[in-house]
Amino acid sequence: MNKIISAIEKFVDGDFVITTKRKKKPEHKPITHHEKTIEERWAIWHDTDGVEAFKIVYKAASVAICLIMITILLITVSFLPAFGNPDNPVNNEVSQRYIEKGLEETGAVNIVSGMILDYRAFDTLGESTVLFAAASSVMMLMRKEKKGKEITDKFSPKRDPIVKIVAKFIIPVLLVFGIYIVLNGHLSPGGGFSGGAIMGAALILYSSAFGYKNIKKVVTEKFVRNVTFFSLIFYACAKSYSFYCGSHHLETGIPLGTPGAILSSGLILPLNIAVGLVVTCTMYSFYSLFSKGEI
Amino acid sequence: MGPNLLNNYCETVSMILFGIGFTTLFLQPNLIKKIIGFNIMDSAVYLFLAAKGYIYGRLAPIVVNNVTDMDAYINPIPAGLVLTGIVVSVSVTAVSLSLIQKLYKEYHTLDMDEILKKSKEAHQ
Amino acid sequence: MRFVYNFPFFSIICMMVCAIVSPMLSGKKALWLNRTGLAVTTALNGTLLLDMIKNPTRITFMMGHFPEPWGNEIRFGPLEALLATVFSFIMLVIFVAGQEDVFRDIPKRNINLYFVMCDLLMTSLFALIYTNDLFTAYVFVEINTLTSLAIVMAKENGQTITATIRYLVMSLLGSGLFLLSLTLIYDLTGHLLMPNIHSALQILIADSSYRLPVTIIMGFLSVGLAMKSALFPFHSWLSFAHGSATTPSSAILSSLVLKGYIILLVKIYFRVMGVETVQQLKVSNVLFVFAILAMIIGSMDAIQQVHIKRMIAFSSVAQMGYIYAGIALGTELGYCAAFLQIIVHALTKSMLFCAAGGLADSSDHKYTWGDLKGAAYRNPIAGAAFVIGSLSMIGIPFFAGFGSKFYLAMAAMTNPAKKWFMLFSLAVSTVLNAIYYTKALVVVFSKDGDTAKRKQHPSYVLGMGVFIAANVLLGLFYQQFFNVISTGIKLF
Repeated sequence: MNKIISAIEKFVDGDFVITTKRKKKPEHKPITHHEKTIEERWAIWHDTDGVEAFKIVYKAASVAICLIMITILLITVSFLPAFGNPDNPVNNEVSQRYIEKGLEETGAVNIVSGMILDYRAFDTLGESTVLFAAASSVMMLMRKEKKGKEITDKFSPKRDPIVKIVAKFIIPVLLVFGIYIVLNGHLSPGGGFSGGAIMGAALILYSSAFGYKNIKKVVTEKFVRNVTFFSLIFYACAKSYSFYCGSHHLETGIPLGTPGAILSSGLILPLNIAVGLVVTCTMYSFYSLFSKGEI
Repeated sequence: MGPNLLNNYCETVSMILFGIGFTTLFLQPNLIKKIIGFNIMDSAVYLFLAAKGYIYGRLAPIVVNNVTDMDAYINPIPAGLVLTGIVVSVSVTAVSLSLIQKLYKEYHTLDMDEILKKSKEAHQ
Repeated sequence: MRFVYNFPFFSIICMMVCAIVSPMLSGKKALWLNRTGLAVTTALNGTLLLDMIKNPTRITFMMGHFPEPWGNEIRFGPLEALLATVFSFIMLVIFVAGQEDVFRDIPKRNINLYFVMCDLLMTSLFALIYTNDLFTAYVFVEINTLTSLAIVMAKENGQTITATIRYLVMSLLGSGLFLLSLTLIYDLTGHLLMPNIHSALQILIADSSYRLPVTIIMGFLSVGLAMKSALFPFHSWLSFAHGSATTPSSAILSSLVLKGYIILLVKIYFRVMGVETVQQLKVSNVLFVFAILAMIIGSMDAIQQVHIKRMIAFSSVAQMGYIYAGIALGTELGYCAAFLQIIVHALTKSMLFCAAGGLADSSDHKYTWGDLKGAAYRNPIAGAAFVIGSLSMIGIPFFAGFGSKFYLAMAAMTNPAKKWFMLFSLAVSTVLNAIYYTKALVVVFSKDGDTAKRKQHPSYVLGMGVFIAANVLLGLFYQQFFNVISTGIKLF
């Protein structure tokens, strides 16, 4: 507060001691204040002490805005239904049907999987599209111009022996665990998104432990593009078929299987696999584009 | 004021976080901190949703022993919404960070005000 | 269900598949795929529109096997069909007229990705027009944000990236507020489908103790979407983003992307809150004030610009003000006028941007007034389009803009409280519009510069020809469009 007052005083008094570390411009060399018009004074103050004053006011205003925002939100929260109460409006016929009929209608033991990939599948289709859009726009920004110039291992991470040995043990475990989570998305917590993220992490670890050259033997740009393409096309076609059948009240003809078995719950398992592949490729391509500017 | 401010302590905390994140995104000049603010803001919404899905004494919505009774499980919808929201915010974060990297290469600073100043100077 | 009612669903999936296929193709092929997809969707939505004009109904289409309140659904009537047809048509013409700009401004390696983004943008616009579910709307709002960011930054130079980051911050704030209000609404009502939320909210509002939270939620929702659609206090990013992007991107952003959010906002007012509730809670009065300010300040800013695309972008701020003013009047006529303004502005503004791009191309890609002298002689078709676009924006009879201004003035008469403010600011804004567009016309038609005619790419000439024809047709037959809108709004 004192700073503001002193900064403002300086303007009012016309006492132009340039206190900041900014470069002094030649025309701002000290001149006694009676020679200056008010515009010149303003211009100089604006460039020097004004910046300081503005910064302080800005900080104070930010805190004030933050507090006002929080107050408004807290007033809203105080009107909301109580925490953990089974009679809240959110626990209505919608969640009741998802829980009570979910197993029967979607075949998925994991009710959340059944919900996002069957009841509310259009949202999830949009969600995979968001990932695709993000991967494409990151690629658009980060992909480097130079063509033909081989990326050398010069920029790849240092091949640390500890990382290398630990990675040898961890990567297979990560991959298997990721695959397990993807395949059991309809039976236990998890699904395409979480499993895909784990598999993506395994690829990233491989790339940083063994260098770009080694991972390029398998995961090339073409590979990533093809995998994403086929997974998304499969996802879009399968879901359109199911939407079309649903809106015309037709049976899809896809068996739901025995609940609890690995091959059950109709389209959910293949969709989880497709989503898992898309997420793996997207995660890896984010890392790869950020670190070396190509996949 | 309504009656449930202290009762809804999870929501209260998440709203405070939302306010902090919102202000950081809005007013912080440093671009990386802006994105951190965005992530705080979104995480606050997910915390809010997670709190809203919970019901005292019930299990996660995964059918155990073929019990499909509404009184056994918590509400599955917020979980699904959070999942979708997380994917969206991861995507947006990746795009924003790549933009910021590009800007840093161009202007060698992360300060929004300086970037605007430099881009104005470069253009004139 | 009749087969024609599948078309909205088909058009969403069609554009999505085009986007997924595009990374596998070269830039040229991606452009062709994009235009084919847009032509197909225009045809599909046009057929639906014709069918809807013959027998107007409201159709609810389930996306999946489960009816409301359990599944996702899309819902459409004449108005949605009209908007979707117009939007896909405009994007198609933009890419006919602007193909040269794309190939010149965007690095060759990124052209196919650019079209991925445009296809996804159209997908999200269709989804926003047709959806009946708030959470689906959120997901597609995010797709819309990401893809519009991408098409701004596709032209790689420091300036566009700076513009994108400003755009990004505003968009993220807007989406954050939208997501928050969405979760609060979900918490209060327990539904995500719009009609179900509506019935639950009506009960809550009748209980006076919930008035305050509902008002706050509505405020956040309106502010969030207003931020994204560049209503007055949040408009500073717009001129940078639209001014520095490549010409088709500017045209798409100004004419389509901003409208997507407004349509969503109106949809929320109609289907979630109810129009009467919006009036009761006085949110529309706040919107009205900012809309009026936008109309005047946007035009004043436009007068000061020396960059032709920036000027057109600021003119968009003013036009957004017209749309919001129509919405804020709160009467049925006001909403109809706002929708007519959406269509008129989408068509005219995309034409103006393409024309400005063409004028600048014939002046060695320079956009300031000094360099544009005599540009209309060097590129006559762009000059003609610029004249027609300017006359339409000013609101001269027989051009598209006249219809919407006429109906906005008519709508103002229906709201006695806001009548004089509205008429006064319409008049002031029209005068200001006339000032800056006349200035622009004087510059491009001055004989100071080089006036030798330059050769234009045939696709540019074709695209601008279609734009001019569409504008003149809209100017002559605005009443028919208005009739479709007013039937549609009853079924919205």
